[in-house]
Parts: sequence; C-alpha cells; structure tokens
Amino acid sequence: MFADLLTRNGNGIWTVEIIPAEIEPPKRSRAGASGYRIRIGSHAVTNAGDTADIVVAFNEQVLYSRIDSGALRPGTLIFTDGSWLADPNERVAKQYMDAVADFRARGYIVITLPIAEECLKYADDVRKGKNIWILGLLCAIYDLDQAPVHQNITNRFSKKGEETVRKNIALFSAGYEWALQHVEQRFHIPSIANTKPMVVMNGNQAIALGIMAAGIEVCSMYPITPATSASHFLASAFEQVGGIVHQAEDEIAAIGFAVGCSYAGKTAVTITSGPGLALKTEFIGLAVMTEVPLVIVVVQRGGPSTGLPTKVEQGDLMAALHASPGDSPKIIMAPATIEECFHFMITARKLAEEFRSPVMVLSDANLATGQQPFAKPVFDPAWLAPPLDLSPVEPGSLPFAWDPETGLSRRPIPGQRGGEYVLTSLAHDEHSHVAYEASINQRAMRMRSRKLSVLQSALQPPALHGDPEGDLLVVGWGSTLGTIEEAVDRLRSERKRVSSVHLRFLSPLEPGLKAIFSRFRKVITIEVNYSDDVGDPYITEESRRYSPLAQLLRAHTLVDIDCWSRVPGSPLPPAAIEQRLREELSKVVA
Amino acid sequence: MQPFKILDLEPHEQHHDPKDYAGALPRWCPGCGDHSALNAVQKLCYDKQLPPERTVVVSGIGCSSRFPHYMNTYGFHGLHGRAFPVACGVKSRRPDLHVFVVTGDGDCCAIGAGHWIHALRYNMDLTVILLDNNVYGLTKNQTSPTTRLGEHTNTHPRGAVVPPLSPLTVALGITNTSFVAQTVDWQPAHVYNTIRAAYEHRGTSFVRILQRCPHFSAHIFDAPREDPSLLLFMEHEQGISLEPAKLQKFPNRMTHDPQNLDEARAIAEREDIYPLGLLYRNENAVCYDDFTSRGLGMPQAERQVAIRTAIDKFVI
Ligand SMILES: Cc1ncc(C[n+]2csc(CCOP(=O)(O)OP(=O)(O)O)c2C)c(N)n1
Ligand code: SF4
Repeated sequence: MFADLLTRNGNGIWTVEIIPAEIEPPKRSRAGASGYRIRIGSHAVTNAGDTADIVVAFNEQVLYSRIDSGALRPGTLIFTDGSWLADPNERVAKQYMDAVADFRARGYIVITLPIAEECLKYADDVRKGKNIWILGLLCAIYDLDQAPVHQNITNRFSKKGEETVRKNIALFSAGYEWALQHVEQRFHIPSIANTKPMVVMNGNQAIALGIMAAGIEVCSMYPITPATSASHFLASAFEQVGGIVHQAEDEIAAIGFAVGCSYAGKTAVTITSGPGLALKTEFIGLAVMTEVPLVIVVVQRGGPSTGLPTKVEQGDLMAALHASPGDSPKIIMAPATIEECFHFMITARKLAEEFRSPVMVLSDANLATGQQPFAKPVFDPAWLAPPLDLSPVEPGSLPFAWDPETGLSRRPIPGQRGGEYVLTSLAHDEHSHVAYEASINQRAMRMRSRKLSVLQSALQPPALHGDPEGDLLVVGWGSTLGTIEEAVDRLRSERKRVSSVHLRFLSPLEPGLKAIFSRFRKVITIEVNYSDDVGDPYITEESRRYSPLAQLLRAHTLVDIDCWSRVPGSPLPPAAIEQRLREELSKVVA
Repeated sequence: MQPFKILDLEPHEQHHDPKDYAGALPRWCPGCGDHSALNAVQKLCYDKQLPPERTVVVSGIGCSSRFPHYMNTYGFHGLHGRAFPVACGVKSRRPDLHVFVVTGDGDCCAIGAGHWIHALRYNMDLTVILLDNNVYGLTKNQTSPTTRLGEHTNTHPRGAVVPPLSPLTVALGITNTSFVAQTVDWQPAHVYNTIRAAYEHRGTSFVRILQRCPHFSAHIFDAPREDPSLLLFMEHEQGISLEPAKLQKFPNRMTHDPQNLDEARAIAEREDIYPLGLLYRNENAVCYDDFTSRGLGMPQAERQVAIRTAIDKFVI
C-alpha cells in the first residue's frame, strides 16, 4: 500500500519481495525473513539499491538475516516491536533486549514501537491492525499528506463496511501522530507528478498480461516457484479475454499440451522455472525439429537441482540454449525490465510464428516479484493473432517447403484441406517423410539453423550505455540492467571510462558485438551466476569455469571476456558492482 | 456467443473414397497385429466420411506409433510416451477435429503412464487405441509393463520377474474414466465394431487391442486363438455386438451391462479369461473439453475491450 501511494504521487519505486523458502518457517528464526524492500526515488528507480535507510522489523530475530545479507549500514533507522518485551516467555523478552543492545552496538539507530498497546486502542486484533498503524508511521516520516491515504483506505476497506473503514483510518492517524511526537527523523523525497498514465505491476503480472495482449489463448503449466504467480493471475483473468490455463500433471505434459495446441494452430505458452525446464527439454527439441511455434517462459531461480526456489539467479542460460538432445537452434530473449516482460511476450509470439520456432523468454525471480511503475501500454489490436486461416492450400503443398535462402516455410494447420501431413520427431524431408539419408539430414539441420541468422540480420546492434569506447565494458542480461547501469553511472560521474551494454537476445545474439567489444580495453560480464575465482585453490586461468554469459560470448566472439558473478540469492547491489569495476579499472589502467 | 468461427469454414460436402484415407505403405512385419487396427480405423473414417483434413492421429514412438504415417490425414508422430498431452492440446481449442491416439504398451503403460492416467481423468473427446503386444517391438524385444511373468526378453533373458499390470484394471480404476473396451487383432469385425463404438462415444474411449507381434512375442496369444472359449464375449444391447453368424464362434459369452462398473472391474480382474467387448461406458462423465474450449467464440472486438480493461486494472 505504501509503494502504491508513492507511485501515485509520481515517485519512482522498485520493490523486492522477500520470501522464505518454507511455508511455515520456525517462528522468530533467522531463516524466516519475509517482507518487502522498497526503494524510493524522485525519478525512475531501476533496481533495489544498496543498504536501507529505514527498516521496520516486526520481529527482531528475523532482522538478523537481513543484517547477514548486508542490507543495513551504520546509521540505518530500525523500528522494532516492543511488544516482545511483554511476552509471557521470559526468554523472548531477554532475546529482544539483547538484540536491541546488539543493534545499537553495530551503529544502527533503534526506536522501539509500542505496537500492541497502540493498536489495541483501535482494533481487537493486533495482527490485523499493525500494518495500517505502521503505514501511518511511515507516511509521517516520509512527509506524505494524510488525506489521499484516507481515501485509499476507504477504497480498500469499503467492501468490509463503514466500521472497518473507520477503524483503519483511526489506526492510520494514530501511527501518524505517534511518529510526529516520538520520531524526529524525516525523509522528504520530491515527486514529479505523472504526466502519462502509468501502470504498476510485478514481472510475472507483466508476463501474464503480455500473454493476454499477444492474443495467446492457452497457458499450459505445472506449478513451480517463482513462475506460478503468473499462472495464478492468468487463472483469474484469462477467461475474461477468452483464454484458459491448463494445469497439467507435470512439466512434460504441460509443454506437450502446448505443443499440441500450437500444432493445431493456436500458439500456446508454457511457463516454468529451472527444474521444469529440465523436464521440458525433449519437447523443446521436438518443437525445434518439427518447427512448431511455441512460447516458453522460464522464470529463473537459484539452481542447480531444487536449489533456492524463491531466490534470484540467471543460471538457466546454458540450459535454455542447449535444451534438447542434439543441435536445437531456437530463439531466446531476456527482458531486462518489468515493462519489457510485457512487451516481449507480444514479440515472442510473433517471432515464434514467423520463424516456426520455439521462443524462450528468460525472466528471473527478481523481475517476477519486483514491482515497478511504467507507462501504460497502449494496446494495439494488431498484437493479437489473426484468426485461424483454414482455407484449403494448393494440393501438393509441402509441410516444409524451406526457402533455400532463409529456411523459412509456411506450415499447414489441421483443418486445411490439401495440407495433410504427418508431423514426425524423426529426421525428415520437405514432405515430413522420415528420412535417414545423410544429405537430407544435413540440409534440414542447415535450414533450421539458418533461421537464426535470418533473425539476426533483422536485429540492431545493442545500444551502449555510456561512450562507445573506453577502458572497461560491462555486459549484462536480464534483471541486472538497472543495477549495472547505476554502478556504471557512479563511476562515469568520476570521469571513469566505463560503459555497459545489455543484451536482450541471447539466441541469436544481437549483431555487432565483436565490433563493440573491440573498442574497449577490457570486457567483463556481470551476472547473478556462479563462476570460479582465479586464485582459489586449484583455480587457474586455464581451469577456471566462467559464468554462462561469459562462456557464450567468449565462444561467439573469441574476445577474452572476463566475468564477475555471484550467487547471493538476492539482486547484486550497485555498490558491490561499483567496487568490483573500480578494481578492474585500476588493473586495466595500470 | 457467436457461432464458432472455424465451423463457418466447413468445406462443402465432399465424398471420400477408402483410398483417401490410406497414407504410406505400412512397413510393419507381415502378420503384425497393427495392420488390423489400421484397417479398422481407415474403414471407420470412410464409413463416417470424416474429412481427412479434420482428422488427426497422434502417437508416441514405437512400432505401433508409426500408425499416423499410414493414414492420409493429419498426424503427429511425437515423443515416446507423450501422445496423450499432445492429443489433449490438439483437441483443447479445436473441438472441430477428430482426434485419435495410437500407443503401445511401453508408450502408454511405462514411460507415458502418468499421462495415460490423467488423460483418462480429463476425459477429452479422444479415441485411444492401445496396441498391446506385451513387448517392446521397435527397440527389439525388451520387457514391457504387460509382459507376463516368466516371459523371456532381451532385458530379462531368464524370464520377467514382476507380474504384469493390467491396462484394463488400471483404466477402470481411474476416476472419471468413461469408456473401456478390449478386442483382439485376429477378429477384424470385432476390432472394427469396437473402434466404431469408441469413436461414437464422447469422451476418452480407451480400447486395448491384444496385438500379435510375430517377430518378438509370436506365441503369447496362441492360447485364446486356438481355444476361443478363453475369450469371454460380453453381450449387452448397450455393448459391442457382432452379427449372429460371427457370434457363434464365441462359445463363452456372458451378459454384462457396461454401466455396471463393479462387474466390469471384477471381469477385468479375472486371469483365466480374456474379456472381449465393452467393459464400461459412462456418458455422463465430465469432459475437460467443456473447460478448454471456453471463450472460443469470443468476437475479436469483445476480446480487445476485455484486454484493455485488464490493462486498465493496473493503472495507478
Ligand atoms: C525418451 C525415449 N526413451 C526411449 C526410447 C526408445 N524407445 C523407442 S520405442 C520404445 C518402446 C516401444 O515399445 P511399445 O511402446 O510397446 O511399442 P511397440 O514398438 O511394441 O509397438 C522405446 C523404449 C525413445 N524413443 N525415447
Ligand atoms: S516387431 Fe512386432 S510390433 Fe513391430 S512391426 Fe514387427 S510384428 Fe509388429
């Protein structure tokens, strides 16, 4: 609600949802952190930033996990819930006092809130009242007007009756008043009123909405964090636009259903995360082999195996690239912002159909749960798929009449008379007849691969952030866009010769990369991924394993690209990147 | 709701000859029971005058799964074990298509078992033919889930060690199953009548065909072939019939009402005989197609408005 108020005011925000991996983590445990992190700015905010100015910790033990992950700094203002002091269990009160003393020793400013006492004046249940009370507190500290919040509360609770509205407004005002009397710190973040209509949503909602706007009618899925919330949203909203969500018995069935649907003329989407992608690979290979258009969304999480289900990582790039037995040229795109999550779905469906290919869209947990305002998309009916054309085709037309130049061909759809053919996952010729001859296999593989170069020829080289030449170039992809650019900007403001480039297409790669890289003394990828650090035991320049994007770009350009990547399970803060780039620069310039 | 768009394009009546349904020349071994199923399906398509362009045969991988290539309709020869999800996907937004699934005992009851169970539960309008030769044919004689205890295969040269599963009892055990029948490849008239009844049923019609594989499991159905009394012919006015002359060949007959699920299960459990005919049919089972086809008729204009409204909900 707080984030919502700020965006209405015209502030930029970026929110991160902190989700524990377990449904019921042990109470008052460090592993149990759940909450929201909100970064607020006057202008657009592109990432979660570094350390927090203010923390509201309903539970001081849980706060330790945030301290451990480096989210606080000396001087951070912490609000704790003093109600623990009255806990019947004496140990709890003692724990609380020890923690507060420890926080102060660490240089944090701690203010104890009498949450229970205050809330019970207006509500029967503290748990139901404390969020609104805290909202009041924050609004006072952030110098926000009360009136629009009253309106907001009224809208939100009006369904529950006047009494509830009245109680919540009282709670809000009480929190506000308490802050005015007891807290001296104030933050005033000027806002610029929005001139254009704006929307605010998280990346999964953007993907789901994009699916609807792309004219896709079927989303076939199996639940998996952090992809599921997209399907949840679709499950409630898709029917209104004539679509359905099929919850399959497993990920293999989910993609199989989508393939069947696409084969029958209605390009479908399947949405999953890393472990689901692993199961889908055989069908991805089939879609490549039989040239069935299909959109596959992978919301990446920490791997390998079940890994870190709720946390961010970009570890599925290679899995996506190589998903399938044998050679499987396919299109892979990666949105870098929540706005792109929406628009890429429209592009993905179009490319899938024009190129008769599966298109993979790689998002991640950071985009999936982060919220950001962006300009409201202006829906264009041309985004929708045209109605099925079932008019008969020329008798004798071939199902794979590959254009010898481009490899592109038109596909017959069941219902089209004269187009009858048997799709087969076996090697086949233009007739879709099973063919084991060496020359046919070579040609068919070449035709399917050719399509990627054709697509690349239609793409622009990626835009550079910063000067087109310099000492250091950072290459990134996906959700790290904002954080990388912020780190680069900080260094550029010190006149450091550093730029960055962010890739949206991973297969085919955007053109001109080698030329771009050649104008910098050093190129380095920054990724939320694992890579070995040279200097660790046994790790040498030769034995070192690079992070996925670095591997890919090294192979593609033969440029000696370095990488810096970490897997903290949370977005990389700009300060960490900045520091690393500083070190790199000093080495390059020395 | 507007009338369903694709139906507007239904081509003008056109008569089809039997040859219109015949695709490539079958490359199964001579005497392979799969030929019998192919003949029956082609004859059914002809008798029903199914438009070839609106008929789709979906299969997995195996000898039996070569089936679609021998039809002259649309076909989908996909992945080992995965015919069911594909067929459900094909049908989901195309209720105008006639969808057949052809699968083998490895394809259906081993690698594809999960999909098989759920497809029966979804009960979409599919005609499913399980060609059960008790062995893996294509990969050359390995044990399948229906291989009998003690049968010798390349993976169990000293004999299969686990008793087989019964596709019939499995199918009859699944909630919302709506049609379960069994026939034998060497009784072509019965194969035809069974597949026809399956096609005419709305829902997932599961037909198991005991299929001879002269190459790898030549003898397995010798007993019921030599002694027809081992075949239990289920008779009922709601069941699958044969003309009286042919019926005489089945000395062992019983009346079985296909609505009687308990009796169907009891018959399927019997190990001393091979039931022949319709074990179970439920015309009132839920069809998942009713859900998957929702919104199909929505006019574009209405859809555009709905999409704009969905976007507007996120406006701040
Ligand atoms: C994923 C995968 N695993 C294994 C195979 C190899 N394979 C092909 S067909 C088959 C078994 C076929 O047996 P069945 O389904 O009974 O059909 P039949 O050949 O007897 O008609 C196997 C194991 C494959 N194609 N794909
Ligand atoms: S191996 Fe068996 S199942 Fe395969 S074609 Fe020959 S007889 Fe038929």
